[in-house]
Amino acid sequence: MNKILPTAAAAIALGALPALAQEERGIDQVVNEAFASATGPFVSLIFAPIPGTSFPWIVMWLVIAASLFTVYFGFIQFRAFKHSIEIVKGDYSDPNDAGEVSHFQALTTALSGTVGLGNIAGVAVAVGIGGPGATFWMILAGLLGMASKFTECTLGVKYRNEYPDGTVSGGPMYYISKGFKERGVPGGGFLAILFSVFCILGALGGGNMFQANQAHAQIAGITGDYPGWITGIIFAAVVFAVIVGGIKSIASVTEKVVPFMGVTYVIAALVIILMNLDQVGAAFGQIFEGAFTGLGVAGGMVGALIQGFKRAAFSNEAGVGSAAIAHSAVKTKEPITEGFVSLLEPFIDTVVICTMTALVITISGQLITDPETGLFVLNEAGSISTVGDTSGVSLTSAAFATAFSWFPYVLAIAVILFAFSTMISWSYYGLKAWTYLFGEGKTAELVFKVIFCIFIVIGAAASLGPVIDFSDAAIFAMAVVNITGLYCLMPVVKRELKSYMDRKESGEIRRFKH
Amino acid sequence: MSAKLVVGLDGSGSGQRAVAHAKRLANLIGDCELVLLYVIEWSPFTFQTAEENEQRHKRREEEITAATTRVVEPAVTEVKAGGFKVRGLVRHGDVADLLNRTATEEGAEQIIVARTSETGIASRIFGSSTANLVMSATVPVTVVS
Repeated sequence: MNKILPTAAAAIALGALPALAQEERGIDQVVNEAFASATGPFVSLIFAPIPGTSFPWIVMWLVIAASLFTVYFGFIQFRAFKHSIEIVKGDYSDPNDAGEVSHFQALTTALSGTVGLGNIAGVAVAVGIGGPGATFWMILAGLLGMASKFTECTLGVKYRNEYPDGTVSGGPMYYISKGFKERGVPGGGFLAILFSVFCILGALGGGNMFQANQAHAQIAGITGDYPGWITGIIFAAVVFAVIVGGIKSIASVTEKVVPFMGVTYVIAALVIILMNLDQVGAAFGQIFEGAFTGLGVAGGMVGALIQGFKRAAFSNEAGVGSAAIAHSAVKTKEPITEGFVSLLEPFIDTVVICTMTALVITISGQLITDPETGLFVLNEAGSISTVGDTSGVSLTSAAFATAFSWFPYVLAIAVILFAFSTMISWSYYGLKAWTYLFGEGKTAELVFKVIFCIFIVIGAAASLGPVIDFSDAAIFAMAVVNITGLYCLMPVVKRELKSYMDRKESGEIRRFKH
Repeated sequence: MSAKLVVGLDGSGSGQRAVAHAKRLANLIGDCELVLLYVIEWSPFTFQTAEENEQRHKRREEEITAATTRVVEPAVTEVKAGGFKVRGLVRHGDVADLLNRTATEEGAEQIIVARTSETGIASRIFGSSTANLVMSATVPVTVVS
């Protein structure tokens, strides 16, 4: 188990704090090295290239699945887009269900788990390595991913567990085990367990360490460099207070502030784009040209494509299965309606917000090009050279600062809040997987929550490279199992879709609001 | 033909004033049924955590039970003791919207509410529930002071 080694490393590192107080960088280094070597084999397996190419098989796996769902459901993301918005608005909600979880609430809860650092830091990583062309592939992946999300969230609601006290639990582990059994397909139980294991790793990786890491980078960028474990311990203490101490007010305040931060971010990006309207055409030119030529980035077109697809999947989590856990609490008699609602998620997350970030970075001129060839200048690591040598969230921050010098402060607050809300969301996803494996007992839950908090410290202390590799690998490992399940269960979704559309046509399913 | 009056309860003294006025009117009308409505403020457009969502159905049941036993049932019992025909309802949503919607669905002649002492910036910006009801209602409204 990969997670045991870093946990032990962190425990040793934390235990040795007083002795190493004089060598603070040393702690970060120890954690980083132990972490990188412990997770290396897992990362290599997930990102292994297709033999004879440099293309990671996992990226192909996601793209093929999303394309297949798109075709299988007859381009549902475009056909049902208007209907999805009507459902979110509550036009089809039965007034007698007032007081239950609405479609809007299920959507925004799931969004708060996905909109976050992926949109700010992840896009910067994609554009920093794959160039503006990565944006094109990211948008395409976002559009295709809408069909994957539609499939998994429909199944999440259809096969959820409803307990006698009225609480619900849902997600891939439930639909894989129950759905496979219903269809008489063997192996559902095993796959559900495998998914749960990967979901726990994903919760600790992308849902935790990546967030802590980038939040630290952002704070350090403003206050000056200081050891990551300090940020980690502060974050861990606050998350501990919420998930173990039950101080719900912190979580609910964050839930209410985060959407406004999201809106502020989009407005700021729009303002910058409008201020530089004359450059938008050129930026799109770079995006399209870069998508097919790479404009000098490492790996050329394929390099741009891999980065775009990878970061889109990491940002909107389509096909990963996490959203199915969040969406399954909605009150509806028709599981397919939650599928419709969820397909808006990759659209908002990737097609709208990620594109904004990418446009601002491209317009800002932070990426250095060779004036003679028009191609990007690469640094030693193979990434595009940037003004001030920034990457990840600091690249986004620098890009926004070219228009508003004070924006890094706003962004720092946004990043901290986004990181925090994503951690809270993922602690829930991880916990659901954990209780699926070990049963719902107070002790079992506490063990997971404590592990989760320890990983925050490791994430903040480790350097970006190993953290991002492990985060991606863990999240994509979830997609391997989840998509296998979706392939087996997609006829169930098709039946639901046909039945719903027929009844909508006949007027049996009616609008409550006109 | 019997008349119906919808009365807004809020679990405070103002709700009791509305009920008292409704009883006086019912006496004057004669054949009259009172529908006592308690609204639990709720909006489908709020932001919640995944854990809150998971617990939501259970909480809703608890909220309905609490409102029924603490506010609606005592009011219904008291009105019934006065020899009136009466029913109690608990619903989730927007106060002004639900009072009007219930009155329309029930075919009521009138909605009776009492003025609350809502003050502060929020009520100045968004208006009180009573003011919203008066402005949007499609059924005659009596506001008891």
